[in-house]
Amino acid sequence: MEQFFNTFLNWDAFSESLPLVWKGFQTNLMLMFVAELCVVVWGLALALLRSSRSRAVAPVRWLAIGYIDFFRALPALIVVYMVGFGIPISGLPWLSDWSLFQLAVLALTLVYGAYVAEVYRAGIESVHWSQSAAARSLGLSQAKTMRFVVLPQAIRRVIPPLLNDFIGLQKDTAFIGIIGVLDGFRRAQLYAGSKFNLSSFTGLALCFVVLTIPMTRLTDHLLKRDQQRMAAADR
Amino acid sequence: MSTPTAGNGAAFLELHGVSKRFGDNVVLRGIDLSVNEHQVVSLIGASGSGKSTLLRCINALEPIDEGTISLQGRLVSARGVDVDQHRRDVGIVFQSFNLFPHMTVLRNITLAPRQVLRLSRRDAEARADTLLERFGLAEKRGEYPDRLSGGQQQRVAIVRALAMQPRLLLLDEITSALDPELVAEVLNIVRELAHDGMTMLLATHEMTFAREVSSQVCFLDGGVICEQGPPERIFTAPTNPRTQSFLKRIIAAGRL
Repeated sequence: MEQFFNTFLNWDAFSESLPLVWKGFQTNLMLMFVAELCVVVWGLALALLRSSRSRAVAPVRWLAIGYIDFFRALPALIVVYMVGFGIPISGLPWLSDWSLFQLAVLALTLVYGAYVAEVYRAGIESVHWSQSAAARSLGLSQAKTMRFVVLPQAIRRVIPPLLNDFIGLQKDTAFIGIIGVLDGFRRAQLYAGSKFNLSSFTGLALCFVVLTIPMTRLTDHLLKRDQQRMAAADR
Repeated sequence: MSTPTAGNGAAFLELHGVSKRFGDNVVLRGIDLSVNEHQVVSLIGASGSGKSTLLRCINALEPIDEGTISLQGRLVSARGVDVDQHRRDVGIVFQSFNLFPHMTVLRNITLAPRQVLRLSRRDAEARADTLLERFGLAEKRGEYPDRLSGGQQQRVAIVRALAMQPRLLLLDEITSALDPELVAEVLNIVRELAHDGMTMLLATHEMTFAREVSSQVCFLDGGVICEQGPPERIFTAPTNPRTQSFLKRIIAAGRL
């Protein structure tokens, strides 16, 4: 038992590694922030293409559907690995000059954009068709109906599931260490390797928990409030 | 490019042989109908007789399968017609109000004038305020729809349609979702609009009201206009047996 505690909860190793791990974790925080912004925009673009009824964009719609199916099926780890190691040696113009951090943003956006697109789409479809009918009957175009009437209602409804996906994304930022960025994971790993002690990972785990649990509570709170509102609307 | 027309001397709104089906379910079977300017035409008939569908077709919310619909001599049912343009001239008010819940009363009303007619915010709001004032809703301009009674919501929906200054107003059973005590305030507006010469086509279950405001009444049954005429004749001396039995049921239910 002593060996167990010593491996995971060695106070000296924990306190010595924590400043390093925290420094690395700031990279994770930065990555979450930038990736979440990109995901919000990219996911919405995908959802709009996916929901479009117009015949003119049918090929683009099929592409969007294919994209979403493909990236939802892929483990984020594989995408981070392939993008992080593959793009720099791919000889692609412009893209191969991206930093590892930028490539990590790209990889996470590719994966989580697909998830979030489906969340948005569910939201768009949850807005009753009579709302569109009312907007169209006033002469608003399809695009303006989407922008002024459908999307504002849809986005309000999808904020809780969106936050849920962000919790997943935040945790997956730890994959960035695998492609060699000195993030919290990589720093914890380096420390653990040199001292043969995993207490540095305990510190990192704490960082994630402290960040994610308030998010989970916020999501729960929003979901509950939403359900109460729906109940009130049904009365 | 020439605009397709329905010929000269046509009525304000002309329907010829309009048919509509949803899958195997034929909802409209060759509807002929004409509405002149400043006329109020009521569509009566049992639920499922096709009244609502007919209104939705006129507003191009549903494509029709056969026949033609023209407004002011312009064919509006053909492919490639700019439906957004057509809808600027035709307002519709729905049974379920369909106000935008995330917007205040004022924004509900000014959205289309600003986005479609490109009115400035000030002009659109002035137009909205004039209408709200006229229909006794001035103090509700900043409220959200869920804070209004059903009758108030429906009056706002009418104002929203009127703010586009339509040439024709379609009313789709606008009092059917209201508590009985709220029906009058909505019907009063319609009465007032009829008095001002607004061209209207309304689907309704309010027989007394239809009789009072209409210049023409059409009885629909099974997607066909069975009988059409001035309200006095339709309500007192219907000739079609189906109209007779419908009215008999209505009278038995105490609704006329």
